Amino acid sequence: MTAVAASRKKPMTPQDILFNVICGVFFTLFALLCFYPFYYLFICTISDPQLVEVGQITVVPRGLTLESYAEVLKIDNLANAAMISVLRSVLGTVTSTLCSAYLAYFFTKRNMWGRKFWYRLVVATMYFSAGMIPEYLNNRALGLINTFWIYIIPGLVGVYNMILIKTSMESLPAELEESAVLDGAGYMTRFFRIVVPLQKPILATVALFLLVNHWNDFFTTQLYVTNPKNYTLQFLLYEYLNQVKNSANAVVTGNEGLTATIQTVRTTSIRLTLTAVVIIPIMLVYPFVQKFYVKGVMIGAVKG
Amino acid sequence: MQPKQQAVTARDLRRPKHKWDDYKVFLLALPAIAIVILFRYIPLWGWSFSLFQYKPGKDLFDCNFVGLQNFTFLFNNPVMRKNLVRVLTNTFGIHMLGYLFTPLPMLFAIFLSEMKSKRYQKLVQSVTTLPNFISWVIIYSLMNSFFSASGVATKLMIQLGIVDQGFNLMTSDDHVWLYMVLLQQWKSLGWSAIIYFASIAGIPQDMYEAAMIDGANRMQRIWYITIPSLIPTYFVLLIMSIGNFLNTGVDQYLTFGNALNKQFIEVLDLYVYNLGIGSGQISFSVAVGIMKSVVALVLFSMANFASKKIRGESVF
Repeated sequence: MTAVAASRKKPMTPQDILFNVICGVFFTLFALLCFYPFYYLFICTISDPQLVEVGQITVVPRGLTLESYAEVLKIDNLANAAMISVLRSVLGTVTSTLCSAYLAYFFTKRNMWGRKFWYRLVVATMYFSAGMIPEYLNNRALGLINTFWIYIIPGLVGVYNMILIKTSMESLPAELEESAVLDGAGYMTRFFRIVVPLQKPILATVALFLLVNHWNDFFTTQLYVTNPKNYTLQFLLYEYLNQVKNSANAVVTGNEGLTATIQTVRTTSIRLTLTAVVIIPIMLVYPFVQKFYVKGVMIGAVKG
Repeated sequence: MQPKQQAVTARDLRRPKHKWDDYKVFLLALPAIAIVILFRYIPLWGWSFSLFQYKPGKDLFDCNFVGLQNFTFLFNNPVMRKNLVRVLTNTFGIHMLGYLFTPLPMLFAIFLSEMKSKRYQKLVQSVTTLPNFISWVIIYSLMNSFFSASGVATKLMIQLGIVDQGFNLMTSDDHVWLYMVLLQQWKSLGWSAIIYFASIAGIPQDMYEAAMIDGANRMQRIWYITIPSLIPTYFVLLIMSIGNFLNTGVDQYLTFGNALNKQFIEVLDLYVYNLGIGSGQISFSVAVGIMKSVVALVLFSMANFASKKIRGESVF
């Protein structure tokens, strides 16, 4: 960056030009590599499914139609899955952010009884894990299997997020709270009225982390949920892909009957459109996510 | 009752703390601490399943107590041992291959920040971080369109004569590790570079100015100033990733795995999942999980120790 500022004063040398050209070509190529799949996905969803099926769509959409979207909307359970996805993402994000902030707030209170012990107890959980199966057994014993709450409750307190928030809270001047104490405000009042409003940037960062994770998670459903009522969009897509995958396996194993049935419906365009439906919300929040994520990474990095 | 307590609290800010307030803070925090204990510590009780011959649907204490037999079986039974060796090979193989790519984000950041146009930098950054925010399911779906037998990229490669007709990367068992690692790079390269961008912005400007007065060219400035300034960040991240070595995550391998490439894609986490949930061998899979946790803790301690030795402070 300095080099840029400095080189502006001088004319570019041939070496500089060469450097810029080589780097420019490379970065543009890589950016295209990152962008093209999304573009390709989009043009396929609005093109003629027949052409998509045979791979005729590459650069421009052809035979414009919204047929694929209409087809996808017919998938059983889609509306319900979309609702579950939205609900778990919103509810899970809000509750987890607040609970992590709540715990962080009390850990900033130096006079907490046994503070050091409890803090270590909580932080230690970042470095070990009982493992997938014991956690499964635990959640089963708690009756969370197959319920919507499996998406929300186990993740209520995120320890890493709690540390991020606590670090940020510690930089608040103590006088702010002291004056509220003199006005007779209890801990809860101070937390909700003073600390939370002042910690908006870090809370927004954490919330966006959580939002993206909630939206993208399909494994929780795979592991814990068998009731289609509680399927998420991601899981619906995963299941759909699995059907296609199994038909591909069937080709290899010689089980052609199954393949034939799958082939009759225009799988490719439906698959891609379903994928697009799952991606669109991410695209909508992406500008915000990107902005806050960068901040979040920096905070995490400073903390180490 | 309530006003009286608050009065106490207010006074306490200036005087030695009243004991009650200490307990009050603790009691208010307790529900949140309890959640952590409930979902992070209590599951450890599930480790006891590895000492029994657990059958799903039965009460644990109705099952046969077998002691450490499950653990010894993992090593002594030829089939189990072969599986264990295979998944460990996959886990290590994919990771080691991944480590070869770890300098990439740093180089990406260095060269991009040398580019003239700030807007171009921002644009490239925005576009290349995008793949980081989509799930592996979506990536699988996208890649299916590119690399399956009739995919766009496959057709292109056939035309260029790189591969033969009928090539299907999605089901091929050749180069599975490389394919997986390259996908990881595609997903995370732009994102991982962000931290280096920030570090580069923090390098004192006068170092570059001094170097330029001394006649250092661009490559010399990168080699003697930028890279040495970024190396500590690089090592911290590397060490942290070693601590996470065995937590490969199942998402990617679960979605990309199929009957044909299973041999090379089944990593430790996926094995635990397949064993426990897939074939219902709860006791064995818990045993594998325990060994994983223990090895992870050891690796983590080693990473921390290495960090202490190298940098004089622990990462965690």
